[in-house]
Amino acid sequence: MTRHLLSIDDVSAEEIQQLFATAAEMHDVQKREVKKLPALRGRTVINLFFEDSTRTRSSFEIAGKWLSADVINLSAKGSSASKGESLRDTVLTVTAMGVDGLVMRHSASGAAHQVAGWLDIPVVNAGDGTHEHPTQALLDGYTLQRQLGGPGSLEGKRIAIVGDLTHSRVFRSNVKSLTKLGASVVAVAPPTLMPAGVTDWAKADGFATSYHLDEVLPEADAVMMLRVQRERMSGGFFPTSREYTVGYGLTRQRLGMLREGAPILHPGPMNRGLEISPEAADAASSRILDQVSAGVAIRMSVLYHLLAGEESA
Amino acid sequence: MSLLIKGASVLGAAPTDVYVEGGAIREIGSLSADASADEVVDAAGLVLLPGLVDLHTHLRQPGREDAETVASGAAAAAAGGYTAVLAMANTSPVTDTAEAAVSVWELGREAGLADVFPVGAVTKGLAGEELAELSLMNRSRAGVKVFSDDGRCVSDPRVMRRALEYVKAFGGVISQHSQDPSLAPYGSACCHEGELSGRLGLPSWPGVAEEVIVARDVMLARHTGSRVHVAHASTAGTVEVLRWAKAQAEKDGSWAVTAEVTPHHLLLTTDLLAGYDPTFKVNPPLRPAEDVEALRAALADGTIDAVATDHAPHARQDKEHAFVDAAFGMLGLEEALSVVSTVMVSSGLLDWSGVARVMSTTPARIAGLEGHGRPIAVGEPANLTLADPAATYVVDRDRSLSLSRNNPWHDRKLTGRVVSTFLRGKKTYGE
Ligand SMILES: [Zn+2]
Repeated sequence: MTRHLLSIDDVSAEEIQQLFATAAEMHDVQKREVKKLPALRGRTVINLFFEDSTRTRSSFEIAGKWLSADVINLSAKGSSASKGESLRDTVLTVTAMGVDGLVMRHSASGAAHQVAGWLDIPVVNAGDGTHEHPTQALLDGYTLQRQLGGPGSLEGKRIAIVGDLTHSRVFRSNVKSLTKLGASVVAVAPPTLMPAGVTDWAKADGFATSYHLDEVLPEADAVMMLRVQRERMSGGFFPTSREYTVGYGLTRQRLGMLREGAPILHPGPMNRGLEISPEAADAASSRILDQVSAGVAIRMSVLYHLLAGEESA
Repeated sequence: MSLLIKGASVLGAAPTDVYVEGGAIREIGSLSADASADEVVDAAGLVLLPGLVDLHTHLRQPGREDAETVASGAAAAAAGGYTAVLAMANTSPVTDTAEAAVSVWELGREAGLADVFPVGAVTKGLAGEELAELSLMNRSRAGVKVFSDDGRCVSDPRVMRRALEYVKAFGGVISQHSQDPSLAPYGSACCHEGELSGRLGLPSWPGVAEEVIVARDVMLARHTGSRVHVAHASTAGTVEVLRWAKAQAEKDGSWAVTAEVTPHHLLLTTDLLAGYDPTFKVNPPLRPAEDVEALRAALADGTIDAVATDHAPHARQDKEHAFVDAAFGMLGLEEALSVVSTVMVSSGLLDWSGVARVMSTTPARIAGLEGHGRPIAVGEPANLTLADPAATYVVDRDRSLSLSRNNPWHDRKLTGRVVSTFLRGKKTYGE
């Protein structure tokens, strides 16, 4: 594995499987009474969050603590630009205190990438703007692979990713990781929520796009619903939430179009009744809570591989 | 004070000697080998051009003297072969009064390295609402003829119409930063809209946000019978609109449209953004290769009239942010001639007289400057630039005379280089 995890581009298919294998071991730790491994004892990890995200931050925090690392949470809300300090100065100051690894969330695309160029410690991208969220994609892939039958089971499977693709870092990371694992991805959204140049991009990276959820669902082996930000409504991306739900929501009616047992994923937090109906969110095939617990295991695995030094696989 | 430039190739023609005295050219031709002057310059192998004129420079004074001052910017201009620069109005405070314009003009006179002509704001505070005191700026000693809200677009068509009408009284021109802010919001839109912006997740700046404003403005210029100048044209679509507009303007004879292109839009492409390096963040953004090709062709065939640098110095800390938070703009004065030489001359798209046209004569005409962009002829002011067409070098940003280091050409190999610059016969740059 490379020194950092900034993008799914940083890991090969084999390395993803290694991360999954380690995650599976870590996952078992969660069932123990004493949830501690000594792997990162004496190491310090900073969770530097320039943007709020309680669930991602706590997932990384728990992962670090279960590996016995000292975890420090720092929130640096508001862009550093508005405080007059450059991003470079902010991260150099924060990490000068003897830090071994940086987990970073930022509202700006590319921020983790830039920061990694200024530091000589491993950087984990915990979400950068509308660019990538690699640990989310890994936990999604891990959850799906376990559900569909273990290593290799994603090969040839058709995964639908549905929703606001333009503004979704989860989409950008997942399309890369799922494709690497051999799945065939179809990205579904209204034309206004498709990223610029997606046609060329899809051709180059080998995924499909569609404006029509009803045509895609019956063929899908799994479906991943993306969160729709309420503020997109005022951005003129679609007329009303009602119209969005009719076109692109995983409604109760659409549940019946899915193949028997096809897993339903959502990175959360959900807008119940908008992109996903309560029936779908709570369906037996919903893997939404599994994603959350897999999140800790995956992040333990990532921190272990980047920070455990010589012992690392 | 006399100056003898020996063996220079004027606009690329056969070598000759040029004798300068009292700030003007006194004699051209083969002078006797022992002809004496206070200063003799051996210009064998060098091309002599009229001093370059930049229609679009940001000098940051007043307000951000840590990034650039009129004096440091003028020094960088001289190093780039420029004898005149037009300083954009988006300083702090904005150049939107006669007093503000005169103060920039005087700072330029004190520095004495290049003639600095302030550009006046079109609207008060660049707010796009009320016209600034355009006529008072014109009547001032600074003699402002070019007006621009650059950095912002005069996006309200009613305000643009009034501005175009108003400057007709004194032959002014409105230089428009063409960016429809609802299609490409100021500050956020920072990456050419296309496959790469989709992949990188960067807020996109579609070419059409420029093209709709250019199209609208040429119609307004035609309606008002006035002059519009398109700043930093960046797309093939803009070139198409310009081609149509110029044909119409020529037929009508009562209005005019001119346009400029920057060196960076002639050479750099949007894929440089893949590494999120804010050095390459500029407004309008770098475009794909197809646009670059169209811009080169348009400059060669005259659809685009001039090269202008959009020299935009920034202090280090203003670029060391996340890409979307970093300042827009890149340096341009010192390497402009080298870039044009590399892109346009080496490829045969322009010869040296073509370079003189797009970098000196035409910009001076657009800006209404009388002492610049003149032919190299007896009696003309000795505003001159000597360049070595064969020199190849690697740009080192630390050798810049600008106070800033946001140089997109750093580490890049360029061919053709300014050797020395003369402002009214006085050497402002060179050995
Ligand atoms: Zn501009």
